[in-house]
Amino acid sequence: MEILAYLIPISLFLGGVGLAAFVYTVRSNQYDDPDGNSQRILSTEYDDKPKS
Amino acid sequence: MTETLRPQVAACPACVAAPSAEAIAASAAPKEARLALSVPAVHCAACISTVEKALAAVPGVHSARVNLTLKRALVEADPEVDATPLITALEGVGYEAHELDAGALSATETDKAGRELLMRLAVAGFASMNVMLLSVSVWSGAEDATRDLFHWISAAIALPTIVFSGQPFFRNAFAALRARRLNMDVPIVLAIVLAVATSLWETSLSGEHAYFDAALTLVFFLLAGRYLDHRTRAVARSAAEELAALEVPRAILLRDGQEHQVAVSEVQVGDLVLVRPGGRMPVDGEIAQGTSEIDRSLLTGETLPVFATAGQTVSTGEVNLTGPLTLRATAVGKDTSLHQMAELVAIAESGRSRYTSLADSAAKLYAPGVHILSALSFLGWLIYSGDMRTSLNIAAAVLIITCPCALGLAVPAVTTAASGRLFRKGMLIKDSTALERLAQVDTVVFDKTGTLTAGTPELTNLSDHDATALQVALGLAEGSAHPLSQSLSAAARAAGVEPAALTDLREVPGYGAEARWGNKQVRLGRGAWVGAPSGTISNAMTVAWLAIEGQAPVPFTFTDRLRAGAAEAVRDLQAAGKEVLLMSGDTSGAVEALADRLGIQHWMAEALPADKAARIDHMTQQGKKVLMVGDGLNDTAALSAAHVSISPASALDAARVASDIVLLGGDLTPIADALDTAQSATKRIRENFQIATLYNVIAVPIAVIGLATPLVAALAMSTSSITVSLNALRLR
Repeated sequence: MEILAYLIPISLFLGGVGLAAFVYTVRSNQYDDPDGNSQRILSTEYDDKPKS
Repeated sequence: MTETLRPQVAACPACVAAPSAEAIAASAAPKEARLALSVPAVHCAACISTVEKALAAVPGVHSARVNLTLKRALVEADPEVDATPLITALEGVGYEAHELDAGALSATETDKAGRELLMRLAVAGFASMNVMLLSVSVWSGAEDATRDLFHWISAAIALPTIVFSGQPFFRNAFAALRARRLNMDVPIVLAIVLAVATSLWETSLSGEHAYFDAALTLVFFLLAGRYLDHRTRAVARSAAEELAALEVPRAILLRDGQEHQVAVSEVQVGDLVLVRPGGRMPVDGEIAQGTSEIDRSLLTGETLPVFATAGQTVSTGEVNLTGPLTLRATAVGKDTSLHQMAELVAIAESGRSRYTSLADSAAKLYAPGVHILSALSFLGWLIYSGDMRTSLNIAAAVLIITCPCALGLAVPAVTTAASGRLFRKGMLIKDSTALERLAQVDTVVFDKTGTLTAGTPELTNLSDHDATALQVALGLAEGSAHPLSQSLSAAARAAGVEPAALTDLREVPGYGAEARWGNKQVRLGRGAWVGAPSGTISNAMTVAWLAIEGQAPVPFTFTDRLRAGAAEAVRDLQAAGKEVLLMSGDTSGAVEALADRLGIQHWMAEALPADKAARIDHMTQQGKKVLMVGDGLNDTAALSAAHVSISPASALDAARVASDIVLLGGDLTPIADALDTAQSATKRIRENFQIATLYNVIAVPIAVIGLATPLVAALAMSTSSITVSLNALRLR
């Protein structure tokens, strides 16, 4: 059962990482245009660098 | 008219800690103008790139981004760039665009409440996943110290999460209790608090059952319902605000002979205001100077333009057609007739709140029932076993099992699906109970001008005229911006007529246009002005007379053009067994002609606003559920009096405010579809309540006799919530 000493912190940490990632996506307005995102993926114009 | 939007960072204090990419961009170039354009036609991936490219090609534009969900383009540009070149650029690639008033939009720029809910939802979701992981180990056989350890870790995750994520429920429940009422949130909060308290107590005594996972999943599912509900309403609200933002409220003020463009709110009584042809009266006033014709159709329903000259009074919202008018403001802001009408509507609105939504009636049955059930099982077990701990555990289990997970999702899941479907068809549901009310409709009342008809005239007797008359008429018509002239020239051009060569063409505001054709004087305009015989044409017709010197004047008659889909909408509604009526403020001839054309049997002409409302009240008293479709100020009272109401996007602000549903496109066909969708939505909501009840009928006895374990609670809660959501999705 000593394995629990590793597994529990790891599971909590991974959950925390997921939450932090989600918080980041909300803060950077990534849920503002769901319809647009689903259409933009079909666009044939590839951008070589991220939009500034 | 460049408006500088505030950068988004300021709206969200928490974001200051972690500056977004935009904030960095904004601080690097602080003097950047942000413009918002409404682009209603954008709908696909190709549209997005066309629009963005066209905008980016305009000189001075830094970046342009289309938001497809809101059908809006946001442009960042040099401060001196304004919306006009952007709109022209978009029209060049085939997209209609309108400038949006930044002031009216800023409220929706960042949806703070929505983000807050989403954040709480996310925290609850991640916490419940972790706790569920620990709980599964307990259910699959962890014992003694391991179980206690797992319970304590669960408690450590659950307590802060519930404090953070449960806040909306705590706040609502507290507010309800303070007002000495019971709402859905009271049993929710009681269940959460009791579950956490008994679980803590159990854990401290090394007990077997802890409900931390149940409390968290409960919060998660309920927040999901709240978020769906909020999102539906936020979409409707932002679209409604966008309609308001389309009318940038400005007036041209004349001060010391100089023209100043000011916000309408700055105009004061006694100020001189200039209204150009095509402009809307910003204030109530008296005409100080100028002659013109004014279009009052939005206020009274009359199709015919009214002659206006110095000394006459005009009301806010009327449209100036031909000549510039200078008004002396007699009433501004809240005192204008338009605003007073809107306030009458607000009073009528309060009467409508008598409708209780399905969710409210369910909550009324549910909340006291759950409290009584849980208290009874607590007392019963206390008397039977005498053990406080067991009794409290069972009371908590009953509360958790009955807790309205499915009930909380039943209505928002369905309304989200239904509103989404109607929004794609171009209908905006403004009121949360509008769908339920729409489903009960059996009578549909239409307004005429601006609703069934487009409000633009159409020439009817082109073939009655010889080629010379048409050429002269076209020449005259092309020199005027009057709607009749424009319609005449469009019709004549389409028929391949070439304009006659005219000289000295001038428009006489309020009367018509005149010119010289060779050595003859020619006039196109009002009958009396060109010397036409009176009484030869029925009053129902809109007429412009053409007089060529030395010849008898000839009439050009116009009829109001039908709005797209009007005929289909009326036919579909009649086919669905609804009674269709027509009510208008226009003359009986015009109303009868339209009713015949559309096959509407019952009609009412020359109706005053109060008449319309009274007629609808009368029908309501007979037990009919009336849907009113109207656009004018004269319809607002009727829109509020009706059981449910629809107005087109072209309607006056007051009419849109008074109605429950706004038609975003120009087409009327979606109305019949909307009735169908509303009926199936209401059916789904009822089914969802039945599913939730069925689940309670099975689960509650198990909880009351003390057989409910945390595993049973978790299973029952998830299955019922998922069933309800899936049932709602069938509507899409």
